Amino acid sequence: MAVGLGHYLTVAAILFVFGVFGIFLNRKNVIIILMSVELMLLAVNINLVAFSTHLGDMTGQVLAMFVLTVAAAEAAIGLAILVVYFRSRGSIAVEDINQMKG
Amino acid sequence: MNGESLSLLPALPELILAIGAMALLMLGVFQGDKSYKQVANLSILLLLVCAVVMINQVGGEREVIFGDMFVTDAFAVFAKTLVYIGSAVAILIAGKFLAEHNIAKFEYPILVLFATLGMLIMISANNLMSLYVGLELQSLSLYVLAAMNRDRLRSTEAGLKYFVLGALSSGMLLYGISLIYGFSGTTDFDVLATSLQGENGAPIGVVVGLVFLLSGLAFKISAVPFHMWTPDVYEGSPTPVTAFFAAAPKVAAMALLVRALINGFPGLVVEWQQVIVFVSIASMLVGSFVALVQTNIKRLMAYSSIGHIGYALVGLAAGTQDGVQALLVYLAIYLTMTLGAFAAILSMRRSDGMVEDIEDLAGLSTTNLPMAVAISIFMFSLAGIPLLAGFFGKWFVFLAAVEAGLIPLAVIGFLASVVACYYYLRIVKVMFFDESAGAFEGGHGQAVSAVIGVAAAVNSPVSFLLIWPLVGAAAWAAGSLLF
Repeated sequence: MAVGLGHYLTVAAILFVFGVFGIFLNRKNVIIILMSVELMLLAVNINLVAFSTHLGDMTGQVLAMFVLTVAAAEAAIGLAILVVYFRSRGSIAVEDINQMKG
Repeated sequence: MNGESLSLLPALPELILAIGAMALLMLGVFQGDKSYKQVANLSILLLLVCAVVMINQVGGEREVIFGDMFVTDAFAVFAKTLVYIGSAVAILIAGKFLAEHNIAKFEYPILVLFATLGMLIMISANNLMSLYVGLELQSLSLYVLAAMNRDRLRSTEAGLKYFVLGALSSGMLLYGISLIYGFSGTTDFDVLATSLQGENGAPIGVVVGLVFLLSGLAFKISAVPFHMWTPDVYEGSPTPVTAFFAAAPKVAAMALLVRALINGFPGLVVEWQQVIVFVSIASMLVGSFVALVQTNIKRLMAYSSIGHIGYALVGLAAGTQDGVQALLVYLAIYLTMTLGAFAAILSMRRSDGMVEDIEDLAGLSTTNLPMAVAISIFMFSLAGIPLLAGFFGKWFVFLAAVEAGLIPLAVIGFLASVVACYYYLRIVKVMFFDESAGAFEGGHGQAVSAVIGVAAAVNSPVSFLLIWPLVGAAAWAAGSLLF
């Protein structure tokens, strides 16, 4: 069986859904949310590169490089915010993020 | 354009801002924490210079550079002017507040400048790639700003919530971009527009991608159903940062949304119009009804801004040039109302620090009549009472919706604004008719007073004189989008 565009898109879609569910269903730890976000962005990258090869057009791969770069910056900022949060709260459990409600 | 004469002129303000912000960052780093005042003043100057260069040198002529990635036209000039005003005021009113909370660090103006740069790129984006990069530059700066008061739990929690939900929305936006790219073969708005014009319509993949793209952008403008972060982030962030969040980024994201939909997907008007109508109605209703039970004024302003985004989207839902013009007028008026209201919130301080509850405003008319009058003007204007600026904004968007045949939308919007009147007028009632809760301390600084005064004057019935030049400018801007 030849591996075609559809297979790549399916894998990317499944990874993306895992990422979204990881954010919403996870009740334990904010680090897992950060990992889920990375999973979503990597799913997008699979999509982009698969489309780029399929179309014979470089734009998708260029965009994938941008996504990688921005994802690195985003992870850095996310972890930094998490560290200052941990310093004042003493916990990074998702259910403890509840100072403001309504 | 031939390869030899690569013109950088259309992007000159952005280049000046980028280099200037980095130079100011170096200045701050080498001078240490004492340099806040100097860096803040120079930042405001830098924004002023960029605005003047933009208006004098770039102008409203449509020009496309960087391989069609970056476009300047009258629409961009109009929206960017609003962004410059919002950012400069956010730096201007922050000084006293930051100094009192021991966070007067030079990073604040620098982060505002970088966020502004991201917004300018968003407004000028003519390609899904530059859209994404501009949006992320803005968002990453805003996450840090929200968590700026890093020793206060609420501020860091606001930053964390904003970051997690913002990253989720970026992911959805990107997934949408990848689908649009894959099924249409391009990321350029102009090429997209022509390739989707065909007889048999757009591929279903593009429509699905567009829905993902819209949900990502709806998050950035805090439209329902992607508004859940707004109240918490507004309440937790330091007040000057909240003022910034409520003003400039909203304008930039709305301008981005308008350009992407009108320029990029004119062939899919039927598809995106349904989504925008739904989002608009939901935002107006949530903004009106949930705000009724709020006691914290910053949370109230968060729901108020959700509602106002809903009204502005009515103009986009119309999908006509008049609709876009009405949306731009609405955004300009919204900017003055919000900045004025937040400057007033910044002046709510007692000896034991800032207060944020609506009850704390009780009897303000007996202790500080000018302030009570100014806040009343903002509240009447936000409610859209005739004679004040806010009324004109609502009038134009509803008029555009009726002319485009969206009469139910206009009726729902009108009813929602009647409901919203209740909580705006409650604040006026608390200030004028309740037992005094004690006077506020002065000393919030001249800059804050000046912003309150100017914003109140602009929103007062004087707006009759200002509204027609504004409408003219908005018509000029809306006319430059390709219809």
